[in-house]
Amino acid sequence: MSPLWLLAVIFIVALTGAILGRSRAIGAVDGEVSTLHSRPGYYGSYVFIWTAIPAALFMAALLIAQPFFNRSVVHDHLFGAYESGCQRSLSFGKSNAAILKAGDENAPQICRDWIEFRDLETRQDLVQGVVRNVADGLALLNKDELTKLRAGLVAIRPMMAQKGIALAEDVSAPIVSAAYRLNDARSRANFLLYGGLGILLLAGFLGSYLRIRPALRARNLVEANIRIALIIASSIAVLTTVGIVLSMLFEALNFFDHVPLVDFFFGTVWDPRFQSVGRQVSSEGGQFGLLPLLWGTMFISLVALLVAVPIGLFAAIYMAEYATRPIRAVAKPMLEILAGIPTIVYGFFALVTVGPFLRDAGASIGLSISANSVLTAGFVMGIMLIPFISSLSDDIISAVPQSLRDGSLGLGATKSETIKQVILPAALPGIVASILLAASRAIGETMIVVMAAGIAANLTANPFEAVTTVTVKIVSQLTGDLEFNSPQTLVAFALGITLFFITLGLNVFALHIVRKYREQYD
Amino acid sequence: MQDMTPINTAEASERRAIKISAKEVTVHYGAKQALFGVDLDIEENQVTSLIGPSGCGKSTFLRCLNRMNDTIDICSVGGQIRLGDINIYDPKVDVVELRARVGMVFQKPNPFPKSIFENIAYGPRIHGLCRDKSDMEEVVVSSLQKAGLFDEVKDRLDEPGTGLSGGQQQRLCIARAIAVSPEVILMDEPCSALDPIATAKVEELIDELRENYTIVIVTHSMQQAARVSQRTAFFHLGNIVEEGPTEQIFTMPKDQRTQDYITGRFG
Ligand SMILES: Nc1ncnc2c1ncn2[C@@H]1O[C@H](COP(=O)(O)OP(=O)(O)O)[C@@H](O)[C@H]1O
Ligand SMILES: [Mg+2]
Repeated sequence: MSPLWLLAVIFIVALTGAILGRSRAIGAVDGEVSTLHSRPGYYGSYVFIWTAIPAALFMAALLIAQPFFNRSVVHDHLFGAYESGCQRSLSFGKSNAAILKAGDENAPQICRDWIEFRDLETRQDLVQGVVRNVADGLALLNKDELTKLRAGLVAIRPMMAQKGIALAEDVSAPIVSAAYRLNDARSRANFLLYGGLGILLLAGFLGSYLRIRPALRARNLVEANIRIALIIASSIAVLTTVGIVLSMLFEALNFFDHVPLVDFFFGTVWDPRFQSVGRQVSSEGGQFGLLPLLWGTMFISLVALLVAVPIGLFAAIYMAEYATRPIRAVAKPMLEILAGIPTIVYGFFALVTVGPFLRDAGASIGLSISANSVLTAGFVMGIMLIPFISSLSDDIISAVPQSLRDGSLGLGATKSETIKQVILPAALPGIVASILLAASRAIGETMIVVMAAGIAANLTANPFEAVTTVTVKIVSQLTGDLEFNSPQTLVAFALGITLFFITLGLNVFALHIVRKYREQYD
Repeated sequence: MQDMTPINTAEASERRAIKISAKEVTVHYGAKQALFGVDLDIEENQVTSLIGPSGCGKSTFLRCLNRMNDTIDICSVGGQIRLGDINIYDPKVDVVELRARVGMVFQKPNPFPKSIFENIAYGPRIHGLCRDKSDMEEVVVSSLQKAGLFDEVKDRLDEPGTGLSGGQQQRLCIARAIAVSPEVILMDEPCSALDPIATAKVEELIDELRENYTIVIVTHSMQQAARVSQRTAFFHLGNIVEEGPTEQIFTMPKDQRTQDYITGRFG
C-alpha cells in the first residue's frame, strides 16, 4: 500500500474513533451535554488526535528511515559478496585481494567491480540503483518464474525486460543476491509498518476512548496539541530558511577557498572564463569582481525606482484621497493585477517592444541606445514595481487619521495643500518603507534583467549601454550541465548570499520603519 | 425674560450684534436626514453652547457653519446660513476664505506631526498672512500666548506637537486656529478627551477668548455649558427645541424635553 493510502486508512480509523468518542462522551452524561467539561466535539477531537497522530508519526519515521536502512543492508551484502567472489576467483597464494589496485587490467571482472565499489561513491550510487531496479523486477515475478530464474534456466535481463524493467547491463550474481536481500528487508519493513500501525491505532484509540469521562478536560488537551502543531509548522518554515542560508553560506565559503574575499568584493573586472571540463581550474582561471555586477544591479534598480516611485505614489494619492468609491473599487484591483503579471512576461515586453522602441527612438534623435540597455530594463522593471509602491502607500496614506485632514481643511487649506503638507509628511515613513521594499524587489529581480539588460559586465554610467546584474550572472554561471567544484560555478553562491544580505538588510530596515510608524497612530 | 438673572443682566440688556444667522438649515447624509430646519442666531463675542443627546445633530450643525460638511461626499445642506452679510452656501463663496474666518477645533486633539512652531505657522502660511520670518514668529508667539500655552512650550517650539500632553495638544489646536485670526471659532466637544485639570484650563481659555472671538461650542457636559457659555441651544432629534440665555435654559427651561435633559432624565 502506498503511503497515501495508509494515511487515508489512518484518517478513516481516527475519524471513526472520533465519532465513537463523541458519542461515548454524550452517552456518559445521558445527553446532558452541559455537564461535560468540554463540548462533545472536543472529546471526538481528543480521540482523533490520539489515534491518528502517533500512527502517522510512526509511519513517517519508518518511511524516512527505511531507505537509509535498505541502503546499508544492500551495501553490506554487496561488499561481502564482491569480496568473497573476488577471493574465490583469484588463484590460491594471491588470496589477499586487498593488494589489488584500482585499474588493474589483469584482475578478474569481479575483483575490478569490487574495487570500484569499494573506492568510488559514484559507483556505489549506480549499483544501489541497479539493485533497486532488479529488486522491483523480482517483486513482480510469480513463483514459477522465480524458480526458473533460481535454477538458471532463464537469463535475468530478458526476464526483467519482459516485466518492463530495463537494465543497462547484465547484472552479476552479487547484485542479484543483493536484490533478494533488499526484497527481504522491504517485506520485513512492511511487516513492521503494518504491525506497528495496527498496534498504535488500536492502542491510541482505546487509550483515549476509555479515558473519556465527563470530567476529562478534553478541550485543554486538544488546545495543547493545536499549539504543538502550530509550533511545528512555523519551525519548519524557520528551519528551511536557516537551511537555505547555511547551505549557501558553506558553498560560498568553498568559493572563497579559490578566490580571496578582497578580489571578489572589490574586484572591478568580471571575467570568469569557463574552462573545458576535466582540466584543472585555478584561481587565475578567471576574475570574479563583484563591483560591475553590483553596479549594474544598482543602476537598473535606480532607473526602475525613478519610474515607479512618482507614478506609484501619485496613483496611491489618487486612490486614497481623490478617487470616488466606484472608481476605487475598479482601479485598485486593476493596478494590483500588474503585480500578478509574471516577470517573464515583462521580460518579453522589454525584449520585443520597449527595447526596439527605445533603440529606434534614440536613433531618430541621434542617440545610440542599444536594444539591451539600462534604460530598457529599468523602465520595464519600474512598471513592474508600480503596484508594490502604490498599493502599500495607498494603505499607509489611508491610515493617516481623518482628524489630521479635518484639522488642515478646517484651517482653510485646500485638498492638495493638505496632502502635500500634512498627509504626505505623516505618511512619509511608511512611504519610504514601501520604496525600500520595492527596491529590494528590484535588486532581486531576475527575469526582466536576464531578457532586457544584457550580459556584458560593464562599469558604465551611460544608461543607454548594456550592463548586467548579479542575478543575471547567477543564472548564466549555473546554466548548463555543471559540477559544483570550480570557482566558475561556486561564485553563484557567493553572489547569491551577497544578494540575500542586501535584500534582507533592506527588508529589515523597511519593516523597522513601518513598525515605528504603526506605533505612532495606535 | 433675559433680565431674570442678576449675573447676565448687563450683557443681556444690550442687544448684541448677530454674527451668524442660520435659517431653516436642513442636512441630509445620503437619504438620511440629520437636521430638520434649524434656526439659530449666534451673537458676536459670546460663547454659544450646543447641547443635546448623542446623534441629535450638534456636530452636523457645527460643521455647517464653516462648510466642513463639504468634505463628506454624501452630505447635502439646505437652507441659509449668513455670516455677516454673506450667505456661506452661496456658490461664489470661497471655502478657503470662509474657513479662515470661521476656525474649528475638534473633539480629539489633532496636532499635525510637525513641530509646535510649524503647527501654529501652518495656517498663516497657507493663507499668506505673514510677510517674513519675524512676522511669523510674532504670530506664533502671540497665538500661543493667547492660548495660554506659551510659557509651557517656549523652550521646545521645534519639538513635535504630538509629544505634548492631551490638554496641551488641545490648546495647541486652539492656538493653531487663532493664528489665522478667525472671527468665529467652532469647538466640537473640545474637552471630551481631556482630564479635569486640562478641561479647566481650556474652559478658562474659552472664557478669555470670548473677548475677541465669537465661539460656538458643542458639549456633552451641562456643567461645562453652564460655566463657559452665555447662550445655549438645546438640540433634539435634528431640531432646536429651545434656545436662549444659558442661565434661563438651565434654571427655567420652557420645554419639558429640555427640562428632562438637563436634569439627566435622558441623553
Ligand atoms: N458622515 C456621516 N455619514 C452619515 N451619517 C452621519 C455622518 N455624520 C453624522 N451622521 C448622522 O447624523 C446624525 C447626527 O450626527 P451628529 O451631528 O454627529 O450628532 P451629535 O454630534 O449631536 O452626536 C446621526 O444620526 C449620525 O448618524
Ligand atoms: Mg458630535
